[in-house]
Amino acid sequence: MELSDGERRGDPEGERLTLPLTSRPEWSDVTPLPQDDGPRPVVAIAYKDDFREAMDYFRAVYRSDERSPRSLSLTTLVLSLNPANYTVWEFRRRVLESLGSELLCELDFTEQVAKGNAKNYQLWHHRRWVAEKLGSEAVSRELDFTRKIFLIDAKNYHAWSHRQWVLQNLGGWEYELDYCAQLLDEDVFNNSAWNQRYFVITRSPFLGGLKAMRDSEVDYAIEAIKKSPENESPWRYLRGLYKDDVESWVHDPRVASVCLSILKEQRDLLFSLSTVLDLLCHGFKPSKELADSINALRTSDPEKPDSNMEMARSICSILGSHDPMRANYWAWRKGKLLQA
Amino acid sequence: MASMASEGLTVTQRDQLMVEQEVGKIYTHFSELPPSSKSILLELQRDEHLEYLTRGLGILPPSFASLDANRPWLCYWILHSIALLDEYIEPEMEDAVVDFLSLCQDPGGGYGGGPGQMPHLATTYAAVNSLITLGGSRSLSSIDRGSLYMFFMKMKQPNGGYRMHDGGEVDVRACYTAISVASSLNLLDDELVQDVGSFILSCQTYEGGIAGEPGSEAHGGYTFCGLATMILIDEVDRLDLPRLVDWLVFRQGVECGFQGRTNKLVDGCYSFWQGGTLTLLESLHQLFHGNGLSDSSQSDASELSGDEAHATHDHSCSGHGLENTTSSINLRDTSYNFIQGRRKGGPLFDSLALQQYILLCSQLWDGGLRDKPGKNRDFYHTCYCLSGLSASQYSTSKDFDSVPLPQAVLGPYSNLTEPVHPLHNVLLSKYHDARDHFAIH
Repeated sequence: MELSDGERRGDPEGERLTLPLTSRPEWSDVTPLPQDDGPRPVVAIAYKDDFREAMDYFRAVYRSDERSPRSLSLTTLVLSLNPANYTVWEFRRRVLESLGSELLCELDFTEQVAKGNAKNYQLWHHRRWVAEKLGSEAVSRELDFTRKIFLIDAKNYHAWSHRQWVLQNLGGWEYELDYCAQLLDEDVFNNSAWNQRYFVITRSPFLGGLKAMRDSEVDYAIEAIKKSPENESPWRYLRGLYKDDVESWVHDPRVASVCLSILKEQRDLLFSLSTVLDLLCHGFKPSKELADSINALRTSDPEKPDSNMEMARSICSILGSHDPMRANYWAWRKGKLLQA
Repeated sequence: MASMASEGLTVTQRDQLMVEQEVGKIYTHFSELPPSSKSILLELQRDEHLEYLTRGLGILPPSFASLDANRPWLCYWILHSIALLDEYIEPEMEDAVVDFLSLCQDPGGGYGGGPGQMPHLATTYAAVNSLITLGGSRSLSSIDRGSLYMFFMKMKQPNGGYRMHDGGEVDVRACYTAISVASSLNLLDDELVQDVGSFILSCQTYEGGIAGEPGSEAHGGYTFCGLATMILIDEVDRLDLPRLVDWLVFRQGVECGFQGRTNKLVDGCYSFWQGGTLTLLESLHQLFHGNGLSDSSQSDASELSGDEAHATHDHSCSGHGLENTTSSINLRDTSYNFIQGRRKGGPLFDSLALQQYILLCSQLWDGGLRDKPGKNRDFYHTCYCLSGLSASQYSTSKDFDSVPLPQAVLGPYSNLTEPVHPLHNVLLSKYHDARDHFAIH
């Protein structure tokens, strides 16, 4: 008797799993359903045989809505071939529910899929569904999983959304601010980490909310600004801390102070000047020192501005030439000053 | 030398430096060329792009299996790109696309990623936009609007968002795809827009841009989706527009193209998601006229009075902008009224610089466009780079369809693409044809 390849390899079991579905006895009662692309297909993909076959069997069980263990393993197979097939993911969820399957394995499964492509919408949505079913027992695992993803790509959008969902719905806030600090320590330009920080200080039940956290966060942002004044993230974060409280924004001396020190050190003009501009637009009264620093940057019009409006217009002109990519924007800002 | 420079640099800085070096090489080389060579390099490679696109409508290699649940997108990316180039496909091919999309249409409403797949809002958007791009009675009549409306209502969530598909994710993209299609097909009504504005508003972040879900990071794709939707449902006043503009303009970097998020890398597709959003903003009177929310304290005030207005409005009008009496009729005209309006101001960004990035860095000589140098071409990037090119070329035109001056078009004037409807991203002419069709059918 001839040995099969699998038997020769000593792996008859493995061979059985790689047999085409049509050759497997457990599928013999199912008629595979070919895709109906019509008589003249367009954007037609030249599927490989194993792909085509797996999909034909999937269509059959999907059509008959068969919620069985073999359907489940079929979805595993199909998703290994195309993890972006949302219909298969959704059917898989239905099968899992009908079978009352244990869901911890789903976490392993999605981790495997993530290794192939961590930016796949469907895998993250599935993970969220599983985590919701598991409840708070899933917290540490989800936080660990997203942390692992961030080791490879600290800005993975889906992973961040997932992490936020976990925190909001299942908890785990205790060390989140520390985690943000750690990430920012590694890369102070990581805007996703800044965004997460804002998320934590505004929503964590362990912290007092934005107003309570604002003071220390202003110091934190300013420290980051001083280290890398060309980094847009902490400037935006700083402004964001005062999102709904313009009065406090204008009156916090630390804001004007950091602008002044950056300007004096000539380390960056763009964000320090645009911040001063923003302050002026909200009624801020600059100190003589700040006004002088700005005047020193003007290249035309020897007359010193004697009003906030004129200083603001000055800044728009300076930025127009210093930041030519945004010349149109600064011109628009300048024009609006006249309307205010 | 590069390794010395990268000591002490963070991952962000290193990645950014590498891209700047790649792009810098291209621009330096370009600047050293004589004018005649410059002209050639700036040409839009129409024939090559058309060849690449047309072949895509036929048989695709096995590697495309990863897009097996996105085939209406392939249709849209390809057909829209061809239309932007003012080119055509064979009538038999047009019929074939219509027939194929009909096979993707679910009897319960909506279109799936392929025949027999569950209906999904994104693939519905792609299918409908493809059919609008093809145009004509056969194509437009193939859309079952009745069941499609039912599908939208099934996907609508209590929090104002929409689910992408049965059991699927809820985000700003889903809102846009549903509202854009409903608007194009003359289906938009109070039921569909209920609470959508509040959901999108909750997705505007401290940075000024818009995220996919409340709390997530401001992102170009979601920002386009969010703003376009707010305009379509006539609630754009509720957003902090000056902050949005400020975030957007800073997304154009030294490479001349746009990045999707703060401190991330330039990518050709954001030419449309970010650049296109800026062209939308240039048409909003709120930003350009008189007491037009010139600072955030004013926008806070208008938001406050907006909420008051909601309280006093009659129930059937809730959730809509301040100045309108709001009714289903108004909702059906928001898209049309938008493009009838003239550009109010701007440009707000450097349009020629963006075109430079698209033509010199995204374009491939043998056809197709890409994210950035070093990446491969694909139909998605071809579509959105060309869409961004169009938005950019028309960004200084007074009307959405008025012919741009030569100085608005980088390279030879033959680079001019067709004008799009900036809310739906289909050709303006096709939008009008569809609107006329659905007005009487």
